[in-house]
Amino acid sequence: MMVASIVFASIEVGQFLPDLVLPPISRTTLALYAGASGDHNPNHIDIDAARAAGMDDVFAHGMLPMAFLGRLLTGWAPQRQIQHFEARFVSITHVGDCITCRGEVVQKIEDHEGKRLVLTLYARDQQGDIKLTGSATMVFD
Amino acid sequence: MIDKKHIGRCVSRHSVAVEAGKLRFFAKAIGETDPVYTDEAVAAGQGHASLPVPPTYLFCLEMEKPDPYDWFDDVGLELPKVLHGSQLFRYWRQCHAHDVLSFEAHIDDIYQKKDGALEFVVKHTRVVNQHGEHVADLRGVIVQRHR
Repeated sequence: MMVASIVFASIEVGQFLPDLVLPPISRTTLALYAGASGDHNPNHIDIDAARAAGMDDVFAHGMLPMAFLGRLLTGWAPQRQIQHFEARFVSITHVGDCITCRGEVVQKIEDHEGKRLVLTLYARDQQGDIKLTGSATMVFD
Repeated sequence: MIDKKHIGRCVSRHSVAVEAGKLRFFAKAIGETDPVYTDEAVAAGQGHASLPVPPTYLFCLEMEKPDPYDWFDDVGLELPKVLHGSQLFRYWRQCHAHDVLSFEAHIDDIYQKKDGALEFVVKHTRVVNQHGEHVADLRGVIVQRHR
């Protein structure tokens, strides 16, 4: 499988990337992500530590749904086209949440620096509540 | 209260070799199934020197040290009170497995909101590869909540 190349001329402002719909976040997801990411903050894997910190339960690393947003981008265009990628962690992602990632083309730029698309990104849960908002800039030949 | 005198301070500096096995584990953890991230032959077929480092994994490599929070105490951050506010990546070059990346982090800004109930520390990290090439910049905002 190779990500199809996106033709700059064919993209229009207001166009959406294909949504990325994730399975529910499980405790296994959190344990695997803690190990794989190297972020061993106990709030994400140890319910005793999370409760001691005033939370009801363990919760996802913010960087996990951001990694999902990264998958949304790299599933759409080759990764080397990503110039800039940022996210704001709006609310906590809980165990059981089903995250959907969405991206919209909000700007199409063609100037002396080349061709770029600016995307607005969202990660929402099953209620439609926003977990992350973000943006990315993709460069084109 | 977090003292603004820490603005400009270098809080972390380390180098790390990017391991292919860890990239595969990360792909599994985030549900990534595109073989370019797990299969060296597929990566090579798409012009990569080795498995590409996925977009957010530079943040993980930055934490790959004995105690990534070892500077919190000195600055006045307490891990249980801390949340990740935002994260930015600016990519200059694609990184791959077997690269050796050097991370140097400085505190760019410190400010507060809601009369100090929320404190913010902005950290900027410059990433350079084994050839001395500037490959990326990271900017993270850490939020400390006081109840």
